[in-house]
Amino acid sequence: MKKIISLSIVFLLIVSCGKDLPMSTFDTYGPIAEEQAFIFSIIFWAGMVVLVAVEAAIIYVYFKYRRRKNSNRKAAQFHGNTKLEILWTILPVVFLAIVSVPALSAIWNFATMPENPAVVVNVKGHQYWFEFQYPDLHVVTANELHIPVGKQVLINLDSNNVLHSFWIPKIAGKTDIIPNQTNQMWIQADHTGLYYGQCAEFCGESHALMRFRVIVDTDEDFAAWIDHQKTEAYVPNDPLEKEGYTIFMSPKAGCGGCHMIHGSKKAKGRIGPNLTHVGSRQHLAAGIMENTQDNLRQWIKDPGKIKPGNIMASQGAVYMDPNKALTDSEVIALASYLQSLK
Amino acid sequence: MTTIPLKLPFKINLSRPVNPTGIWDWITTTDHKKIGVLYGVTAFLMFITGGIEALLIRTQLAGPEMKIIAPEVYNQLFTMHATTMIFLGVMPLSAAFFNYIIPLQIGARDVAFPRLNAFSYWTFLFGALIMKSSWFLGGSPNAGWFGYAPITTTTFNAGHGIDFWVVGLQVLGVASLAASFNFIVTIINMRAPGMSFMRLPLFTWMTFITAILLVLAFPVITVALIELMLDRTFDFNFFNTSAGANPLLWQHLFWIFGHPEVYILILPAMGIVSEILPTFSKKPIFGYAAMVLAAAFIAFMGWLVWSHHMFTTGLGPIANSVFTITTMLIAVPTGVKMFNWIGTMWGGNIEFNTPTLFSVGFLSMFLIGGISGVMHSFSASDYQQQDTYFIVAHLHYVLFGGAIFGIFGGIYYWFPKITGRMYDEKMGKLNFWLMFIGQNLTFFPMHFIGMQGMPRRIFTYDANMGWAFWNGVETFSAYVIAFGVLFFMINMLKSWGNGPKAGDDPWDGRTLEWSISSPPPVYNFLDVPKVEALDDFWVKKQKGITKIKSKTKPKDIHLPQASYWPMLVALGLTIAAYGIIYNLVVCGLGIAMVLITVCAWSFEPVNEPDAH
Repeated sequence: MKKIISLSIVFLLIVSCGKDLPMSTFDTYGPIAEEQAFIFSIIFWAGMVVLVAVEAAIIYVYFKYRRRKNSNRKAAQFHGNTKLEILWTILPVVFLAIVSVPALSAIWNFATMPENPAVVVNVKGHQYWFEFQYPDLHVVTANELHIPVGKQVLINLDSNNVLHSFWIPKIAGKTDIIPNQTNQMWIQADHTGLYYGQCAEFCGESHALMRFRVIVDTDEDFAAWIDHQKTEAYVPNDPLEKEGYTIFMSPKAGCGGCHMIHGSKKAKGRIGPNLTHVGSRQHLAAGIMENTQDNLRQWIKDPGKIKPGNIMASQGAVYMDPNKALTDSEVIALASYLQSLK
Repeated sequence: MTTIPLKLPFKINLSRPVNPTGIWDWITTTDHKKIGVLYGVTAFLMFITGGIEALLIRTQLAGPEMKIIAPEVYNQLFTMHATTMIFLGVMPLSAAFFNYIIPLQIGARDVAFPRLNAFSYWTFLFGALIMKSSWFLGGSPNAGWFGYAPITTTTFNAGHGIDFWVVGLQVLGVASLAASFNFIVTIINMRAPGMSFMRLPLFTWMTFITAILLVLAFPVITVALIELMLDRTFDFNFFNTSAGANPLLWQHLFWIFGHPEVYILILPAMGIVSEILPTFSKKPIFGYAAMVLAAAFIAFMGWLVWSHHMFTTGLGPIANSVFTITTMLIAVPTGVKMFNWIGTMWGGNIEFNTPTLFSVGFLSMFLIGGISGVMHSFSASDYQQQDTYFIVAHLHYVLFGGAIFGIFGGIYYWFPKITGRMYDEKMGKLNFWLMFIGQNLTFFPMHFIGMQGMPRRIFTYDANMGWAFWNGVETFSAYVIAFGVLFFMINMLKSWGNGPKAGDDPWDGRTLEWSISSPPPVYNFLDVPKVEALDDFWVKKQKGITKIKSKTKPKDIHLPQASYWPMLVALGLTIAAYGIIYNLVVCGLGIAMVLITVCAWSFEPVNEPDAH
């Protein structure tokens, strides 16, 4: 019912919904987003009543009391009307008091964290990507958040750099990520599928490119995904992939200084995204492009061009030092290796 | 030229400029009317630069994945657009009206502190130049007009852009504070006999309330800016998160300033509309006392709502509930004002000329902005709207459809008084309709794309998001607004030079400024008027009391004299500000210059020793 009411706004605004609008806040797939759209629809319709009434009064005044040529009409001279003024002071108070009841109760609903969440995820905001840690399940991944369908998920939000904000429009409104203050929110998705998320607090040069995806799995799929994420990384046999592996682990390239590849002794970094199963992700570079060989090569070749201001481009040895720059064949080998990390 | 030796350990001679002409007249003037014109012209030029920044932003967003403007430049553009429009556009445009109109409305010959008034202007001008010079000195500030820590700290922002913002805002703050004290003292002390507070024109009332808000609000942001300056220049740790700082400190300080600032921007426009509507409806304002009280209540409540800018920062349900309620409450006095404006027009004989059109445009646009404001006062659903284009739509309905429409109406309304000439009505109406249509087609679709999930402050978006169509419409319409403003400029320039003579009282006005010649003489009133009622001039006209012959001779009227020092003190401040950015020795020299020039200012003689 709530959903129908909120969807009615959508039609009113001549705005389509569904797959054409992957971040529409009206097209909801979880209890929080649904309640938020419902509360919005209450205040929306209340606001519409006021808007239409007052704009109609303004237009009426325009036609009724405008000065016309050859008219001797005199303006009425009155200074006010105390009864009327008291009335239009008190009426809005009553009006607001009524509509505020569901709005206030929802605040407490959202702020009450689940006691037994099915999953706990620690979200870390970075410039410009999201890290997802599942502390109880011992899994760390990046930019693609998997959650089980129909279950309450507790999210702890943290950052060791600037402010960010965690937002999945179709599932839940945003909560800011603030250094030195762990914020919490809970989410629940009632349908499996892929949902779009985006950083909603300005966080620097490539803020616009800090996106993520939420993949809502069935319980079995989620369990299988977790089991797979726990496994150690694939060790390649193919010569090209092997060459990529060697470059990745070499001190010259130094990739392992920032990136973690579970099972490897040389790649233990925690600054960049965990790449243990990067080949199994659908997107690259915080949800800005498909995970294909070609896109991956472009990304490795010149990450600063695709995502200006990112830390790999400004601090990675192969990008800072022209003597260490990757050759095209090295880029191809690295891309093949990373794609093999299913 | 008279010189007076001072009792100082060393002997110096100071003298004042006497009857300066040309450029020196403008540089040394202490005449509130000339300063008002300087404020208006400077602020309008700044408004144009802010508009160009807006057009560049819109051009980049015209379609998905456009590459017209680099991300870093885009971030600088939206930071400078907001900073410019708020601090260099709307606020000083309002100040231009304060300067020109307030002494005329209260029957005074000038403001209480004429030199301080000149100082305010020069400090504003130099502050604006500091801000804008960043474009040519290595890049502008890039962290948004709100400058949320810690992205403004040197760890994340090593360039000088933020430094320009930090010192520029402080210099502008000095200008605003000096002007506000001046207007508070002027309105309290310089009112003509009989002009009691409840006979003040509403524009004067709004100015008074705005000035009080400014005096209370600017110290708060100054504290925040000084903390940030200490962080950036001397490695303090107010906002250094790796040393344990909670960056929400900045947000609290910023919005305790920032929300009253919203009313600082809108109250003067409300005052202007409250002058225009009665004049052209040929009726007294509806519910004068309620209008004053509502504004005072809005100003007071403005201090109790700052956290509605922070609903998503995790303040907890108690804070969010309280600030939801306080924010909703502001709708009540605002509604009273809205109904009273309509009550003012009700039963009138309304002349729909350009000022009235802008005022009625203000009502209908500000209403939309007010209603969307109540919409996101509901913190529970605001989690979806916060930091989306829905908010961008809301704030532009308030600040463009509201404040700017009010200010444009005010410029047309007082243009004949200031220049003595009439503007071109046809072109004025064309200007209004272009801006009105452009405003709605630019900002209304932002409600849609905001609810469709488009975040603010992003330099690009993907084609598959479904935001492209409305963005294209918005960009096109932004240029329609620009054409409207272009017609405004042509109208002003043309009419100022060759418009038909306007006469002293072209609108059959209600307030004292219409009782004197257009443009007003340098002394404003030959005899200080005696006020006996609200809308005194109108009441006297109804009674058939016209001008009384005065025995006062203009040459006997004592007027504030020109001075070099206000400009030089402001220059010293500016040197100190650049010194903070580049070299602390230079900063010391600038501060020394301020101290010396302030002393010289204090000991400046009057040219006429017998004058009081």
